[in-house]
Amino acid sequence: MNLDAIIFVISAVVAVFGAIMMIAQKNPVASVLYLILSFLAQAVLYIQLGAMFVGVMLVIVYAGAIMVLFLFVIMLLNLRGTEDLGEKPHPVSGIVKLLIAALLLMELIFVIRGVYTEYPNAGILAAQSDSFGSIKSIATLLFTKYLYPFELTGVLLLVAVVGAVVIARREEPGETQSEEHPEASTPIDQAVK
Amino acid sequence: MVPIPAYLTVAALLFAIGTAGVLITRNMIVLFMSIELMLNSANLALIAFSRALNIMDGHVVVFLVLTVAAAEAAVGLAMIITVFRNRESISIDRYNLLKW
Repeated sequence: MNLDAIIFVISAVVAVFGAIMMIAQKNPVASVLYLILSFLAQAVLYIQLGAMFVGVMLVIVYAGAIMVLFLFVIMLLNLRGTEDLGEKPHPVSGIVKLLIAALLLMELIFVIRGVYTEYPNAGILAAQSDSFGSIKSIATLLFTKYLYPFELTGVLLLVAVVGAVVIARREEPGETQSEEHPEASTPIDQAVK
Repeated sequence: MVPIPAYLTVAALLFAIGTAGVLITRNMIVLFMSIELMLNSANLALIAFSRALNIMDGHVVVFLVLTVAAAEAAVGLAMIITVFRNRESISIDRYNLLKW
């Protein structure tokens, strides 16, 4: 077993372990931290595959920014993992759901094996040039061949920011809908209750 | 050298775990994180194929997927906050206003 294989096995096991623990945790904060662990292990796999820039982006953007957004929302809503999630579903329903996921996994592995045996060259790594995965070569692609999609992501992010602000905004007392809103009730109303 | 199908199998495993999470969990936020995990497993497959074929286009697609995931997380979490204010719960069973 060479070093490459050892690194692969360790990071693959950690990635899958983090993902399973993420689902199994009751406390959402622990869930987020396990998902970050899984992302870090996946970043190792990315870098092993020569995707240096994308691996670093995964750590900075995903583990750094998006997961902090999740943590921020969890703390804003004050979730502690002790919330009432309603009635537990029937045990048969849980087993069926797990079976569906297992079936999907079997199907995916079947497809992968099919590709591997039908095209024996599919599993062999191509020769890697020096600039593969470097920032320069990605930037060249982004600003030439994929310029239009790249510009569109800028618009998408702008729309997402505006949308998030509009959706999450609390209605101010002066606005029209405030009459029905329970939070906007005056102190006198609360005293009557 | 680790063969490419090994990476694809890890991606398939992560995708299946994400699917199981979406189906099983009743916590809205964990469900949302499972979707992020599924997006990322697709990214891993893209990177693996990109390496096998020695073309960098897969990296650009992963970059775009990362952007979409960031936008999705921002809007989705804003929606969770809004619904939480109205329903005082993060259980997906309580989000049944549109159920006929």
